[in-house]
Amino acid sequence: MGKLNRSRNLSDADDIYAALIAAHEGLSDEESTALNARLILTLFNHIGDADVIGEALEVATLAGQQERHKAL
Amino acid sequence: MLEDRYNLAHRLYPYSRSVDQDAATPAHHQVIVIGGGPVGMAAALELGLKGIETLVLDDHEGVGQGSRAICFSKRCLEIAHRLGAAGPMMEKGVEWSLGRVFHGEREVFEFNLLPEEGHRFPAFINLQQPYFEKYLVERIRQAQAEGVPIEIRGRNKVTDIDTDSDKVALQIETPDGQYSLTADWVIAADGAGSPTRKMMGLGFDGKVFEDNFLIADVRMKADFPVERRFWFEPPFKGSGDSALLHKQPDGEWRIDFQIGWHIDREKELQDENIRARLDAMLSPMGIDYEIVWTSIYTFQCRRMEKFRHDRVIFVGDSCHQVSPFGARGCNSGMQDVDNLGWKLKRVIDGLSPEELLDSYDEERIAATDENILNSTRSTDFITPKSTISKVFRNAVLDLSEENDFARPFVNSGRLSIPATLDGSTLNTQDDLPGAPARSRPGAVCPDAPLDGDFLLDRLGGRFAVLAIGVDVPDFQGDIDADRLMFSKGQFPVLEERYLGGTEQAIYLIRPDQHVAGRWADWSIDAVCKAFGRATGMAEKG
Ligand SMILES: Cc1cc2nc3c(=O)[nH]c(=O)nc-3n(C[C@H](O)[C@H](O)[C@H](O)COP(=O)(O)OP(=O)(O)OC[C@H]3O[C@@H](n4cnc5c(N)ncnc54)[C@H](O)[C@@H]3O)c2cc1C
Repeated sequence: MGKLNRSRNLSDADDIYAALIAAHEGLSDEESTALNARLILTLFNHIGDADVIGEALEVATLAGQQERHKAL
Repeated sequence: MLEDRYNLAHRLYPYSRSVDQDAATPAHHQVIVIGGGPVGMAAALELGLKGIETLVLDDHEGVGQGSRAICFSKRCLEIAHRLGAAGPMMEKGVEWSLGRVFHGEREVFEFNLLPEEGHRFPAFINLQQPYFEKYLVERIRQAQAEGVPIEIRGRNKVTDIDTDSDKVALQIETPDGQYSLTADWVIAADGAGSPTRKMMGLGFDGKVFEDNFLIADVRMKADFPVERRFWFEPPFKGSGDSALLHKQPDGEWRIDFQIGWHIDREKELQDENIRARLDAMLSPMGIDYEIVWTSIYTFQCRRMEKFRHDRVIFVGDSCHQVSPFGARGCNSGMQDVDNLGWKLKRVIDGLSPEELLDSYDEERIAATDENILNSTRSTDFITPKSTISKVFRNAVLDLSEENDFARPFVNSGRLSIPATLDGSTLNTQDDLPGAPARSRPGAVCPDAPLDGDFLLDRLGGRFAVLAIGVDVPDFQGDIDADRLMFSKGQFPVLEERYLGGTEQAIYLIRPDQHVAGRWADWSIDAVCKAFGRATGMAEKG
């Protein structure tokens, strides 16, 4: 892996997390899933780099972690 | 009837009849503090040490049994230190820095608080609340012996309050019957259930968390590492949404189970049921234990709309209550006292107008809202309120195992840090470009090591002008403040925390060790103006 920033990069994690949860307030599960999809696509555009997005996808699948848990 | 609402851990102020009880007309006191919990006792010390005659009335005869608060923050200890009570707290308390976070069976990660060097006090100590309270009372006893005008009356229950005249009148019940007192000022420190608040018909609005916390303090029969363990969705049977294991002195551990809203309190508190929970948690770890104390609490996040009601001023739990995540109860009550003490002293001495006390409201309400926001967010993370909220919470925990970047989102309680009084009307606008944000106007002065002592040892109680790398002429006669001067290159940590990228600095510091203003160059006019502002003497505008 190379281009994805995997170190801490937010100074106000609590505020951002609260804003995220607030955006979902009152939505049905389906509406929430749709909101998440739109959010991801918006952020993809901002990132603008297929390699970074590819690496992020890999992080999000937790592939290595699940292998490790199976081994335990 | 005077009935105990709780059993005593330490009987420190047994009832004894006062001459006031035989007075033909109600005896008068300068300040009466209602309630001798930690915040009331700290208030008495704060005011007494400033020479204000202070009487504490408490409806019990000592400190209640059962540890409630256990985490005492750096700021709380700094305040206790200024009051002369921190020594025994540090001696008895345990320091910890290692925390481990679990999700179900899985350890998600561990963290080290790694305290910043160069402070007298660590970020936190753990200490049972009865000790904290006992040490405050012992400090009061010592101060009394030195002539400090504090009196404590146990088994004096305030049953009525009348605020109609320019004095406050109180009715008090004792084992010898009722008597009355009057006071110029009353500090209501009578806890979350505040009878004073109720007698005055004042509201206390906010949010109830529909949850119960089963608290068990246990003594472990074997060594166990000094660390904080927190479980989201704990794997042990019947432990609810979260569990916490935290070290206390005397070989004791605090265990906290979040057991849900619809429970049968009596049943859950039965010994066998508590044991079943503890066994499920501790037996797999191979731990033998004995139970020291158990209780079930519910929590709310709420505050009064105003803390000052003319001559009655509320402090501590009587005016604000938060959920336990983040240890903001007692710690914030101590900051109330810190904020109020010097202001009330100035008003009593006729040095500042009464309006200065409104800044207590302004500053401590802002701090309270910050505490409530933080505790609410922790609670929402620990007990997600919707499906999607839980999805995100678990996503954070899943990512955190291998990805450090996700860990700042994990919120099992944000530890209490002092409120920075940004936006307070007492602040003078920052005029020191390039200096560190942490010591900006409104902030608590960061501590720094000096000649074997610490900066905060030399600040507090009075206003002070701190000058680094610049000479300040004697200003006595213009401003009633201490003068501290350091030349450049003397104390590097001090410079790092107060100069940052600048060459020299002048700070005006309040008696509660908050920065009031800062400048690059000395100007008596600027400092005088800032002093006027900080003491409520400036023109409003
Ligand atoms: C389980 C638990 C864990 C906690 N953990 C922490 C923590 O880790 N850190 C932290 O900072 N805080 C914590 N807290 C909060 C902390 O315990 C409170 O914030 C603190 O006790 C408030 O102090 P106080 O002096 O304002 O009120 P109290 O401690 O409630 O004291 C009020 C006093 O007033 C007296 N009184 C009441 N009515 C009258 C009357 N009519 N006349 C005379 N006297 C009266 C009472 O007897 C009592 O002595 C915790 C609380 C709980 C329940």
